[in-house]
Amino acid sequence: MSVLPYLDVGLALLVVAVAAWTVAARALFASVVSYVAYGLLLAFVWIRLYAPDVALTEAAVGGGVTGVLLITAGKRLGALHDIGPDVRPGVGLKLLTGVLAALVAGALASVILLLPDPPPSLAPEASAAIDSAGAGLGNPITAVLMSYRSFDTMLEKIVLVLAVAGVWSMTADEAWGRAPSPFRRSRPYAPTIFLAQMLAPIGTLIGIHVFWTGANAPGGAFQGGALLAAIWIITMMARLAEPPRVDARWLRMALVAGPAVFLVNGLTGEFVAGSFFAYPPSVAKPIILFIEAFMVLSIAVALPMLVAGPSSEGSDQ
Amino acid sequence: MTGLLHLLSVAAIGAGTFFFFTGTVALLRFPDSLTRLHALTKADNLGLGLVVFGLILRAETALSALKLIVIWALVLLSGASTAQLIGRALRRVRE
Amino acid sequence: MNPSVIAGLTGATLVGLGLYGFILHPHPLRKLLAFNLIGSGVFLVFGIVARRGAAAGFRFDPVPQAMVITGIVVAFAASAVAVALILRLSAANSDLSLDPDARAEPSDGEGP
Repeated sequence: MSVLPYLDVGLALLVVAVAAWTVAARALFASVVSYVAYGLLLAFVWIRLYAPDVALTEAAVGGGVTGVLLITAGKRLGALHDIGPDVRPGVGLKLLTGVLAALVAGALASVILLLPDPPPSLAPEASAAIDSAGAGLGNPITAVLMSYRSFDTMLEKIVLVLAVAGVWSMTADEAWGRAPSPFRRSRPYAPTIFLAQMLAPIGTLIGIHVFWTGANAPGGAFQGGALLAAIWIITMMARLAEPPRVDARWLRMALVAGPAVFLVNGLTGEFVAGSFFAYPPSVAKPIILFIEAFMVLSIAVALPMLVAGPSSEGSDQ
Repeated sequence: MTGLLHLLSVAAIGAGTFFFFTGTVALLRFPDSLTRLHALTKADNLGLGLVVFGLILRAETALSALKLIVIWALVLLSGASTAQLIGRALRRVRE
Repeated sequence: MNPSVIAGLTGATLVGLGLYGFILHPHPLRKLLAFNLIGSGVFLVFGIVARRGAAAGFRFDPVPQAMVITGIVVAFAASAVAVALILRLSAANSDLSLDPDARAEPSDGEGP
């Protein structure tokens, strides 16, 4: 116990240093790489806050997939060019911004030090809800996501679909309906292909395991879906699979499957269990796992489509 | 857990940490990217293997021991592949 | 100094760092990165609220934690839309400047 506080302070300093490098690095590529490292370090902080579920999500989505998104974007912008030095901000503006940022950070820090004691908590309410409607789920986070705050989770799935629609709507008119451009133009290196071939079966298995185990232990639909999404992305990077056409029917069905099944179940709950998004306690666990399975599918399809970007001309051979 | 197993586990994890430390020192001290890559892939893989071995001795169930082995194999796989990729990228830059 | 206070102060610092980079970086992708720093700082602050709200037999308040998980995924979705907008901007114009005054002048192609 005696050494842990020092580790916490060291970890905090490391996170802040890597974040500072993300802001200060000269090249865009260096900045993105340090952002990925930052995401992984942040996952450790979440572990220390007893939040392994958040840690898994942060490492997979916050660090991993966001890093792929930004590196791909930088490549597509061409040679990661920076804007000329003439638009660099002056010293006065830097100073002013520094003071502003320090003020905001300081205000936040003082709020944190002055948080009310005893702290307010929704844990008792969540616990009660878990005992009734989320029966059979050992993981309180999954129970909150799927039962106590299920409305939020469904709307969040809809946000994912909206984001995909938003990305697709950036398509140039003449390219509409085609596939997004491939992740790399040239032939991928042999190690990339090897890695994708090895990871695809194992990663799929682990993704499904993380989703399944999420009912009782850290894990769940988000983390499992993000893993499956990562597997699809790396297969596309190795050009073992190509991005599908955005007007493919199976793709659109898979995208809306999660929110649609969720919504139908919510409406059914109105008649069967007496309120919107209520589940009959005796079959709550199978229903929740059923909905989550479709959520995993939607997440696994939506995240790679968000990274792949809008469809482009000439991407169909 | 018997005392001998406990001792063995602590020794393995300690040795693993030592190899991680050596790898990190090499990463900071070696002159160019290829040698740094060499240090990372060799020393850290060995270090991770020892840490995983030490943790397997403490695993409560056979399943969690299996998971640790899978984690070790996955890190070896991705580490070796990405080291190859970085090495190729370096060679391309030099040519 | 318990872990949650340290993490909270880290979160506050991250918000400050992100805000600084968000205002000062001219490159839109760098702005996006900085904005993500602000976001994760806010999540961390929310996370310590979850850690402090330990009650009813839990070591944490599961409600804020669940909301942070949704938040991380929504933040990623928003970043993806922003990236698509930036790529479209670069396809429509020869430079990436977000400055409307720079846009008015005829652009002479790539920056130096």
